[in-house]
Parts: sequence; C-alpha cells; structure tokens
Amino acid sequence: MSMPNQSSMENSALVENPLSQHGLKALFPKHDIIYLAILAVFLGILLPMTLDIFRLNLVGKYLTYAFVAVGLVLCWGYGGILSLGQGVFFGLGGYCMAMFLKLEASDPESTKIQSTPGIPDFMDWNQITELPWFWEPFYSLPFALIAILVVPTIFAYIIAVAMFKRRVGGVYFAIITQAIASILTILIIGQQGYTGGVNGITDLRTLLGWDIRTDSAKYILYYVNFILLMLCLLAAQFVRKSKLGRLLVAMRGREDRVRFSGYDVSSFKIFVFCLGAAFSAIGGAMFTLQVGFMSPSFVGIVPSIEMVIFCAVGGRLSIFGAVYGTLLVNWAKTTFSESFPELWLFAMGALFIGVVMAFPNGLAGIYKSHIEPLFSRKPKMFEKKPSTPKPASAPEPVSAEPPSIPGSISAMGK
Amino acid sequence: MFADYTSAELLSIFAMQGFAGLILFSVFVLMALGLAIIFGQMGVINMAHGEFMILGAYVTYLISNLFSTYLPSLFGIYFFVAMIISFFAAGALGALVEWSFIRFLYQRPLDTLLATWGLSLILQQIYRSVFGAREVGVTLPDWLMGSVPLTETIEVPINGLFVMGLTIAIAIAVYLLMYKSRWGCQVRAVVQNRPMAAAVGINTAKIDRITFALGCGIAGVAGSAFTMIGSTGPTAGQLYIVDTFLVVVFGGAASLLGTIASAFTISQAQSTMEFFLSGSMAKVLTLLTVVIILMIRPQGLFAMKVRK
Repeated sequence: MSMPNQSSMENSALVENPLSQHGLKALFPKHDIIYLAILAVFLGILLPMTLDIFRLNLVGKYLTYAFVAVGLVLCWGYGGILSLGQGVFFGLGGYCMAMFLKLEASDPESTKIQSTPGIPDFMDWNQITELPWFWEPFYSLPFALIAILVVPTIFAYIIAVAMFKRRVGGVYFAIITQAIASILTILIIGQQGYTGGVNGITDLRTLLGWDIRTDSAKYILYYVNFILLMLCLLAAQFVRKSKLGRLLVAMRGREDRVRFSGYDVSSFKIFVFCLGAAFSAIGGAMFTLQVGFMSPSFVGIVPSIEMVIFCAVGGRLSIFGAVYGTLLVNWAKTTFSESFPELWLFAMGALFIGVVMAFPNGLAGIYKSHIEPLFSRKPKMFEKKPSTPKPASAPEPVSAEPPSIPGSISAMGK
Repeated sequence: MFADYTSAELLSIFAMQGFAGLILFSVFVLMALGLAIIFGQMGVINMAHGEFMILGAYVTYLISNLFSTYLPSLFGIYFFVAMIISFFAAGALGALVEWSFIRFLYQRPLDTLLATWGLSLILQQIYRSVFGAREVGVTLPDWLMGSVPLTETIEVPINGLFVMGLTIAIAIAVYLLMYKSRWGCQVRAVVQNRPMAAAVGINTAKIDRITFALGCGIAGVAGSAFTMIGSTGPTAGQLYIVDTFLVVVFGGAASLLGTIASAFTISQAQSTMEFFLSGSMAKVLTLLTVVIILMIRPQGLFAMKVRK
C-alpha cells in the first residue's frame, strides 16, 4: 500500500508551505494556475491543432463526461459522498436539450408523412396523437436551457434533502442513488411513446436553424464545451479553496466533530451534491449537442459507475486530474474496443481493481508522489518517470490544503 | 383495473401471481441471504454477487450436460450434485477473491464497491468467452416437470415448489449456522467488536475469509436454483444486483429475518402489479416505493438497535 508514504509526504509538504493559502494566491495557491493553464492549452490549442474533426468531436464527447468527473471530485473526493447515480443528472440534462432539438426537428413540414404531423417521430410510431404536456414548454430555447440546469438540480436536491437530513450517507447513499439510476432507466425504456424508449431521442439536426452536424458547427460546439468546462473548473476550484471546501474535507474525516462545532453538515452536503448534479447536467446537454442523440444507455447503472472510475483514475482529489482521467479512460476504451473488443472488459475490470488497490489517488496521486518532488528538488536523471505524458500535468491538490484541517490526512485512508 | 374480472377470476389471478411472486421471492431470498451475510455482517459491498450466482448457474449447466452424456441413468439426481459443486465452486472463488483483494479494503467500503464492480466485469467477460453470449438453459429431470392442480383454475408448477422448498431449507441452515453454531457466534463477535474478538483469541482474518466464502457459496446455490426456472446469460447477474441490494437494505442490513421479510414484500408487490401493469412499470413502482420508504426510514424494516 502506498497510503502511508503518501500521507507522510503530504504532511511534509504541508509543513513546508504553511503560508501558501494567504494573500492574492488564495484561489490559486502553489502551481494550480499553471496546471489550469496547461490544461487550457492542451484542450484549447494542442488537441484542435493536431486532431482531425472526427477525433476532435470524440474528444469533445469525452470532455462532456469530464463535467461529471469534476462534479464527482467535489462530491466524492472532497465530500466523501459517493453517488452512483450521476448518469441520472447527465441524462436529465441531455434529455432536456434533446427534447428542444427534437421538437425543432419535427416541424409539421418535415414530418408530414406521419399520421400526426408536427410531433416527434417516435411518438407517432407509438400511436400518440398529441404532444404530451411536459413536452410543450420545450418549444422555447430559454426554457430548455433553464430546464437543463434546474430540473436535475431540483431532482438532486430532493434526493439529497431526503437522505442527508436523515444522516444517511456512505454506502447507503451509493446504493440508493444506484437504485434511482436503475429506476429512471427502466422508466425511460418502458415509456417509449414519451421518451423514445431504448433508442432514445435521435435524429437531431438544428439548433434555432443552425445545423449542428457540419464540421464548422462541431468546431464551435467543441469550443463552447471547452469554455463551459473551464468555467466549471473555476467554479470547482473556488469551492475547493473556499471555506466550504475545507468544511467538506473536515466532514469527510470526522463528520460528527464538524457537527459539534455548530455547522449544519447536511446543508453543505446537499449543496455540493446539487453542484455536482448541475455540472453533470451541463455535460449531458453538451453531449446531446455534439453527438446528436441522447439515449437511456447514458443514464443507467453501468455508465454511472463508469463515470466514477473516470474520476478515480484521474484522482479523486484533483479536479484537473479528473479531466485527464476521463480523457485517458475513454481514449483507451475507444482504442481497445475498436481493435480488441473482448479485452476491453478485462482491461476495464483490472482498471477498477488496480486503481482502488494500488493508486487510490489516481494519476494525480502518482504525479504528486513521484513527479512533483522533481520540481522542488535539484533535477536528477529521471527521464523514464513520466511514462505517460498526461499525468505529468495533473496536479495533486491536497498539498495545497490548509494545514489547519486535522481530518484531511486521516481521511485519506477512508 | 379490477372491473373486467369476476371475483373468482380475481382470486385465481392473485393466487397464481402470488405463486409467481413466491418463486421470485425464493430467488431473491437465496441471493439476498448471501449478500446479507457479506454486506450486513462484514460491511463489504459485493457488486460481483450476481456473477457468483451466475457461476453456480453455469456449473449446474455443465453438470447437467455431463450427466446427460455420461450418466443418463442418474440424470434424475444431477441437480443435487450440481448444487453442492456450485456451492463449493462459488465459495472457493469467494475465498480467493477475499484473499487477493477484499481483505485490504475492509476499512474502505466504498472502494470495495468499485473493486468488486471491476471483478464483475472481468467475470462477465470470462463467461462470455467460455460459454458464449447466448443464454443457456438446463433440461429438467422428469420429476420436476409439470404442475400440480390445486383447483380448477389454479395450478402450481413443480419446479417452483422445489425451488421454494430448497430456499426454506437453505434459510434454516443459514439461521442455524449464524445463530446456533460456534462459528456463527464467532462471526457475530467479529462484526460487533473486532479488536475484542481478536483479543479473546478469534482468528478474525480467517473468520472474514470463511464468511465471505460462505456468502458467495450461497450465491452459487442461488444460481443453481435459478437454472430451474430460467435461462442463464453472462449478464444475468447484473439484472438482479440492484434489486438484491435494495432487498438487503430495505430489510435492515444486519437482520436475516428482515432480509426475508423484505424479499417477500418486494417480490409479491412486483409480481402482483405485473399482471395489471406492464412489467417495467411494475418494477418502477416497486423500486420507487422501496426507495421512498428507505428515505423515510433509512434503517430499513428490521434495524438492529445499536447506537453508533
């Protein structure tokens, strides 16, 4: 186990930099601003320059999962709340977007061969003759955009209030969120007249008359996605460095002590869970826009738990690491399942076990313990160390945690 | 929704659906018993539990083929042999898994969830490579075929009765093992207070391994019984895992009685509603009710009164 080593390293790092969180550097202590810049250059300049539009669109699709992973870093890595139902929020956001796009794609003109023109094609196939009431408002883009954020957040709020106010957490929360993911999938598949069933909502073409399937639209959507991701990272960084972030870490370590200190523990948990849900929903909406459809296969148990592994591979304590982890796992998935479809499940399974057993803090943890020290000491011959180029720019944020949190080190073992 | 049926028909419908529910209940109980031991007693979230069950089902499939090829005269009793071998096969795999990684993760329950999920992916792919992606079924021996007529409109299938009998026998055996045997006493001691149990000379590591193996072994038997009423595919285990966890949590994690009661409630509700609604809506309503009840009463139906 590498845990004790790492904890002691963090410890020494904390002692060396006791003042790092003061002054102007409050939001970006230590190297965080550099890491953000590296990530921005990598995603915003390097990848668009080197990849063709097909691959770039794939990266854009992966990056929509990164929204979920960043949300999970806050919920799981910082708050200790493992949600196995992030796919629910990803899906709700995606479906809200897809409903708007679908209504635009099914105007009476282009659906005149249907028995009821003007409604989405799958409704016509299921003998539905009238647009259901909950579809009506999605004719309006502002409503759809608000719904993308508000619907999943309210849903998350209801779940979180019901659970956290009763002090249900940990394992039980994970199982219940998983059950909710399962319920929503069954519901979507079962009600195919209203939701498109197992195929989902497909054949999305335009956004306010702008064709989203052309190459130039894909470039623009990639950059919209990129900018939104950067904004989410900034928001996450703000939460991380604010008092809320410290309280989350403290709660993860010893929840009862935080409660005895007079904090309303459940409110903080509810907030961070809703924030994670909102991030996921943005990701879902961007997924729909870039990929052109939404289906229940992004909602259920399997995708939800895969999103957790993206976060775990990148490092559950690092918002930047989560982005790299998402890219790496998805890139591996695409490559493997293209050439060795049987091997992919083995690799994925081994990844789950390996990350949990050997690298509980993921790529960011490896970076922190092996690569970062090279910058602070005198350079040695360590060329072989950055075996994968991606972890090299993934930071380990724990070092930047204020040393005043006693729970942060003991909590690492949780 | 009852208007189209006469009262006699309704009675038969409820009786037949109730019996279908009892079969579902048997499978739930067998799966949930193993899970209740592993999750309720040890606190390990074994997401690969369904795959241990499927292992039992595949072992039964292999044994039935073996018997029909080499020992056709003894085909009538192959199931009992298969059940015992399934138990030990799943138990041995369970012990191996516990030894190779679960034992390092007892302090991190959420991480056991991820690791065992990885294990379930690997096992699924192994099943797919070995047995193919298609579902396989076993041939039932003659004495398990057919059904017993109770009244003119109500018939119960024999294989269902057999599975129910098996479930009752295993549930009683687990109860005796956990609450009447010396070993069960040690398990409960380790669960309640690990350092004290170790201090009085209980080998806690060994107890952990045997407990985990036993839970997996029972899952294997569940899979063996499962072949009596349905066919087996590589991903069949994943279909049941969420339901089973809900059964265990709903019952109150550490209570065997609660597990059985909640398996009964959930399976009966689901199969009765299935007749009047579509299957998917019945499942949605059942699961949703369970989730809502759990939000109101998070400790489950039968909670151990322990102050933590």
